[in-house]
Amino acid sequence: MSARVQTAAFDLAQELQGFGAGAGAVVTFTGVVRDDSGRMAALELEHYPGMTEATMNEYGAEAARRFDLIDWRIVHRHGRLGVGEQIMFVATAARHRRAAFEAADYLMDWLKSRAPFWKREIASDGQAEWVQAKDSDETSLLRW
Amino acid sequence: MVLEVLYFAWLRERIGQPRETITTEARTVRDLVAQLAAMDDWHAQAFADMRAVRCAVDQKLVDLDTPLDGAREVAFFPPMTGG
Repeated sequence: MSARVQTAAFDLAQELQGFGAGAGAVVTFTGVVRDDSGRMAALELEHYPGMTEATMNEYGAEAARRFDLIDWRIVHRHGRLGVGEQIMFVATAARHRRAAFEAADYLMDWLKSRAPFWKREIASDGQAEWVQAKDSDETSLLRW
Repeated sequence: MVLEVLYFAWLRERIGQPRETITTEARTVRDLVAQLAAMDDWHAQAFADMRAVRCAVDQKLVDLDTPLDGAREVAFFPPMTGG
């Protein structure tokens, strides 16, 4: 059960070593940087050191309680990321498949609009623009 | 009371610095925002639309009416866009 924020890339196989021993189901989600505008050179992520880790740990613990998880792990990157690079990773382990899926979905929804990360798109011409939060991210929380 | 005030993302850019130390008598976050907004044009612009600003007191997300009793660090930032 751990949450980490880092600049370095992560390795899925390594993250899952020894993860969720005794579980019947392990679900993993990996977020990947995509280029919606077709002219993106990179994505830059800023975060709030201290609050980021605290928030991720808080939601991890809450997911564990709600969905009776055997294990969970969150890794989120910050800094400059290229298109196609991994940006974040969530893994959940439970006795049964549905709890593992739901817990991963729950964590993604909360991290998206409550973990203090801000994305900025850097275009190939050097122009930079902050990514706006979507109302749909906020309404996604209502189902929990 | 002396507070460390932190800014992130476009609030940091608009204000021109990531943090500043503020001496204040503000009782709530809303009072503090009023004081900051009155400092200069950059602060005024950053706080012009509070619907676009989120706040954390001592690293906990709070609303504008939260009291500042015993607070040490207040952060302002736009809605989060991680993940």
